[in-house]
Amino acid sequence: MMKSLPANLLRFGVLASCLAAFSLKANAQTESDAIMIPKNMFCAAATYDHSSWTDYWEGTFKRNNLNIGTLTTNSYMLMGNYGITNKLDLLFTVPYVTTNASAGTLAGQSGLQDLTVTLKWIAFETQIGTGVFTAHAILSGSVPLSNYDPNFLPVSIGLQARTVSLRGLVNYQVGRFFVAGAAQYTERSDININQNAYFTTQEIYSNNVYMPNMNNILASVGYRSLKLNIEAVVQQTTTLGGFDITKNNMPFPSNTMNWTSAGGLVKYSFDGISGLELTAGGNYVLKGRNVGQSTDVFGGVLYVFDFSNKNHR
Amino acid sequence: MKKFAFYTTLLLVLTATVFLGSCNKEVIDRTTLYPALNPSSEDLNADTWKPVLVTNPDAFTVAAPDAIGSSAYTADISEVKSLQSNLTSDQKAIIAYWSAGAVLRWNEIMRDLVAKYNLPPYQNPDGTYPFPSSTNPFAYPEFPFSNPPYAARAYAYLSTAQYDALVTAYHFKKLYNRAAPYKNDPSVQLLIPKSDLPSYPSEDAVVAGASVEMMKVLFPTEVDYIEQKAAEEMLYRKLAGANVQGELTAGQTLGAQVADVFIARAKTDRAGKAIGSAPEWAALQNNATSRGDQYWISLESPPRPPMLPLFGKVIPFLFDTTTVVKLRPGPPNLAGSAAFKAEEVEVLSYSQHPTAANQAMVDFWADGVGTYTPPGHWNAIAESEFVKEHYSEVRWARNYALLNMAEMDAAICCWDTKYFYFNERPSQANPIIKTLTGIPNFPSYTSGHSNFSAAAATVLTYLLPDRGNEFIGLANQAAMSRLVGAIHYRSDVEVGLQTGAKVGEYAVARGQADGAGPGN
Repeated sequence: MMKSLPANLLRFGVLASCLAAFSLKANAQTESDAIMIPKNMFCAAATYDHSSWTDYWEGTFKRNNLNIGTLTTNSYMLMGNYGITNKLDLLFTVPYVTTNASAGTLAGQSGLQDLTVTLKWIAFETQIGTGVFTAHAILSGSVPLSNYDPNFLPVSIGLQARTVSLRGLVNYQVGRFFVAGAAQYTERSDININQNAYFTTQEIYSNNVYMPNMNNILASVGYRSLKLNIEAVVQQTTTLGGFDITKNNMPFPSNTMNWTSAGGLVKYSFDGISGLELTAGGNYVLKGRNVGQSTDVFGGVLYVFDFSNKNHR
Repeated sequence: MKKFAFYTTLLLVLTATVFLGSCNKEVIDRTTLYPALNPSSEDLNADTWKPVLVTNPDAFTVAAPDAIGSSAYTADISEVKSLQSNLTSDQKAIIAYWSAGAVLRWNEIMRDLVAKYNLPPYQNPDGTYPFPSSTNPFAYPEFPFSNPPYAARAYAYLSTAQYDALVTAYHFKKLYNRAAPYKNDPSVQLLIPKSDLPSYPSEDAVVAGASVEMMKVLFPTEVDYIEQKAAEEMLYRKLAGANVQGELTAGQTLGAQVADVFIARAKTDRAGKAIGSAPEWAALQNNATSRGDQYWISLESPPRPPMLPLFGKVIPFLFDTTTVVKLRPGPPNLAGSAAFKAEEVEVLSYSQHPTAANQAMVDFWADGVGTYTPPGHWNAIAESEFVKEHYSEVRWARNYALLNMAEMDAAICCWDTKYFYFNERPSQANPIIKTLTGIPNFPSYTSGHSNFSAAAATVLTYLLPDRGNEFIGLANQAAMSRLVGAIHYRSDVEVGLQTGAKVGEYAVARGQADGAGPGN
């Protein structure tokens, strides 16, 4: 009967990409890049992300599903970033997410998804040759903001797990060009579903679902100037456990959801209006397992507030 | 702002530390917590209970046991003592698992298999669908597709075969009256509660023998798994000091013989023809148009043939096929009639105003693809109540047999009604109606969940009258979940509940007359 597909991209792909869209005044700083916001400055951002897929991987088998058609996810996000010190930033994201399947009868879902709060710290900085090398530790946590249904994939807006992530990131910048690499480990809490028994590779009589942990590695390269940022990112997310969707089965929150994606973003600061920036970008899933082959595009408006007295424009 | 940021930082670091430090993500399966079966009554008169199919226990062969003191028996006892001398933690886990009860565990194993195989086949490249074949079970799609009617029938055959096998075993237990190993040799340790039941043939082995034989037919690609489970259970009996090998062999052999009676019935109960054929599917449309109704069409893409359209012809356990026709309710509201429109509007309203509470109820009772189906859900509900009752194995089997005969016959009556009328689902009548769960691939009237649930609640209320209101409440919830999930009209649900309850009454009447009495 119904066939479907993972919303995971919502959770990690889309969030990651949107955070990647998060930039500001000559400095784009996100939880996955090396850029920091200076002390006592606050950046507020509103972004929109549109993600869709038609093909997905059922285990390793790539297919479409005429009872889903194209699964579209729209995410509307409010984000903030505050410089606690010049070496420590605090970021947060609040997304409102809607889903829709273009075919079949499944009702799309909508609601507040998960709050993500991130601390970003420059642990080490040194001059190497003509460039600057930095190492960062980035700690994130997320909690669901509503009781959306995690076991109605692919139309679920998220998976309900609370997460804690630690990312190590290194960046090397020469003039206006940089390369960066990062590795992240994400611990996920178990979740509760509305059923009191469910089948993974065996029947489990509980409403409690073990969620395997995840990791992510990424590499990025780009150009950064005061007016313009352009960067390209490839990343791979791996679920450390879980199980495959069996043939023609429904997806389940604890499936092994893996994907490799490539994307890019552009950010532009206006000369005339101090503090205003625009950003846009996209991501495409090259290869996956138990996830949709999603394409997403995003755009956002950012504005920087300066709370420091001395640093006034 | 600074203070806020500082405290947030502190909170985040603390929370993360606590969260990571206390990450015990072990999921506890409640069925692993059951205590060892310790019947409040051995039901020693169970040899007089009325079986389902077996007419004469002496038609089966159970060789006389080895004499106590014979070299064969002594060797059997020695094996037990040797196994017990150094129990590993794995072996202790085997004892903990199986000691909860043979009928209980085999019912769970069946639910596992139903969930694993409850997957609609993936389409062919040309948009047609392949069907599983019992004669070529390993080819995709593997046999079976254990959808709700298939599952209802599978549970019924498993439970009835177990019940008849145990009743027959009681006959031989009394005949041979062999005492348990620990009574014959005090150095055998009994690691589970004591039982005064004669131990030849072993009741656990009888259940295993019947279950294995039955499940081989129902899930032929799982023979290795099923046999491995049985071997583990036989080992458990020896590890626990509860049986010797001779008692186990005799039990398994007897169980298999009794199962053969049920297998013979299963092969001729018409379920094998329930899929029907393309001309039969096409002809079903007349069932609706002849009444002036809109006929059902598959809402799947590509369109899938209807699920088991001839399952209504399967031979029931509790009554004959003419009763199936008698139990068939009157027709559904005609498409386009005022009554129909009113119901359609109600469904649309549930579709367009979903609440978290409704979604939770829909999910809880969905029991769709990849699950043990509604009959499996009611078996699970029954299990969690039965464990509180400290039944003997034979009463477990008898009660499950009553429940599952009712579920199978409810499936037959419901499928008969669905295909006799062959009417459209709400989302076919009005494509704006989106559903809160997958839409089943068969006609609307009446609701399968409602039939299954009312039949089950009726039987369980008879068995456990002190909890009757709870069962009826659950059945009403299961039924309503299909309306608020926007896949059924209110009349599908209400009439389905009525028919299900009537089917359940047949099982109750059987229970009242089978000689088992109310139990404790």
